[in-house]
Amino acid sequence: MRKALASTLLHVTLIGGAVVTLTPMLWMFSTSFMSLGEASVFPPRFVPEHATLEHYVKLFTELNIGRYVLNSAITAVLVTSISLLVNSMAGYAFAKLRFPGRDRFFRTLLAAMVVPAQVTMLPLFLMMKNLGFVNSYVGILIPGLASVFGIFLIRQFTMSIPDSLLEAARIDGASEVRIYRTLILPLLRPILVTLGLFTFISTWNDFLWPLIIMKDDSMYTLPVALANLSGEHEQDAELMMAGSVLTILPVMLIFLLFQKQYVRGIMIGGVKE
Amino acid sequence: MKRSLQGPDAVRYAAYLFLAPAVGAIALFFVVPVLAALVMSFTDFDIYSLADLTMLRFVGLRNYAELMDNPLFWKALGNTFYFVLVGGPLSVAVSLGAALLVNARLARFKSFFRTLYFLPVVTTLVAVAVIWRYFYHPRFGLLNYLLSFVGISPIDWLGDPVWAMPAIIVLAIWKSFGYNMLIFVAGLQNIPDQLYEAARIDGAGAIQAFRQITIPMLAPTSVFIVIITMIGYFQLFAEPYVMTQGGPLYSTFSIVMLMYDQGFRWWDMGYAAAVAFVLFFVILAGTMIQLRIQRVAMT
Repeated sequence: MRKALASTLLHVTLIGGAVVTLTPMLWMFSTSFMSLGEASVFPPRFVPEHATLEHYVKLFTELNIGRYVLNSAITAVLVTSISLLVNSMAGYAFAKLRFPGRDRFFRTLLAAMVVPAQVTMLPLFLMMKNLGFVNSYVGILIPGLASVFGIFLIRQFTMSIPDSLLEAARIDGASEVRIYRTLILPLLRPILVTLGLFTFISTWNDFLWPLIIMKDDSMYTLPVALANLSGEHEQDAELMMAGSVLTILPVMLIFLLFQKQYVRGIMIGGVKE
Repeated sequence: MKRSLQGPDAVRYAAYLFLAPAVGAIALFFVVPVLAALVMSFTDFDIYSLADLTMLRFVGLRNYAELMDNPLFWKALGNTFYFVLVGGPLSVAVSLGAALLVNARLARFKSFFRTLYFLPVVTTLVAVAVIWRYFYHPRFGLLNYLLSFVGISPIDWLGDPVWAMPAIIVLAIWKSFGYNMLIFVAGLQNIPDQLYEAARIDGAGAIQAFRQITIPMLAPTSVFIVIITMIGYFQLFAEPYVMTQGGPLYSTFSIVMLMYDQGFRWWDMGYAAAVAFVLFFVILAGTMIQLRIQRVAMT
């Protein structure tokens, strides 16, 4: 009897939490299909009277959102692919290749994570300006080329690969580059997927650096464009929700498709100490 | 002569080769900018120096001194601390509560709820801030509508200096609690079941078991969570940028907003660099204090 009561209470709370978590997103989807002004009524509506795609059409035809989607996609794909290569090489070296001072060097890198990225942004902007990389994909991807978190994640995973495997390859006369390419990379596949998801989603969602480096309207990423639009179109709740759907939906789908691989990264990253 | 490239030497050279891109990128685009920012914070780097570097003058600690005299800096620092000290612990508490719920022995559909609660974490902060701005709308917003059922008259959440920061805190918790929840779940699953069984045999109740077993066993996980949450919360920017532009009456104006405004709107970059370094030192001090508390608690 007491157990049944506890179970009911638990599930009511769980469902309550789910409602609170989901409501903003469901409201966003629903409102994006409402006709102009329908979201600004009292009492609030949850379902559009006549569903319409007019806001999506307007975003693509008048507000250039296709271009922002493209900028976001290009940036996220570039950062993800380059940083995966760079971080996996470094993470592997820290895990498996001996050199003097290796572990101390790695700890120093980890300690550097307390320096907030904002500290680097002023000089980094000047650097990009002098190199002519303001308003360019190169400029936006520079801070994401290598990440300490990524190196850490790869290192933790690589340490579980047995040394005997590497020794066997070395005895067979394989070069270090060859060992990395043909032996290590395939073994790292699961963690590369995880890190790739992390990088893609966080680059897609990133705001401050894109806001700083992309000065020209045609180079905005989705979050920058959305923040900008929300200033001009504050009254058009329905239009803004359509814009939010286009911004959130891609990353949400990617997460739902690959959630197991994504969550593994948090587990490795979180249970280190 | 391939043999000479075998053994420890070959491994060492390979290590340098594999590290070169990452270390190069971190040195060039992280270490150098951090040092440059430190130097910049001792100069009067402004819009004139931006055009012509010979205009640059060293001013010693003047930027920091001016910062100390700037009421807006203290306001921004105070707001940021408000956000960190109220929002941070609340967010960790909600994460722990959610972890206990989705991990409860009696709970069904555990992974379904876990995924659901995690969903806000992967959403785009800017888009979420846009959504929540309409939730907080004084006339048409969902929140005031729901509160009207319990007899609370409409509140202008984002237009009232008293309520704007709490409103942003609630949004921030909604957005981020799922991440720490997952780390807590991992921590909970690492606690051996035998401990709870032993406690039950000794006649301990659920609350006692929670206090005597769960809390101490989660301590290392908690320290990690508190530190990463604090570091993240100190960097408050996008929420007020989108929802309130730092207002009303600067009640949501944060340290990073001050840096952005000074550096990238007024191009007063020396001053902005000083702001950035203050943020760094505050985060560093906060991290040290957390680690210190952990060490004291452990012994």
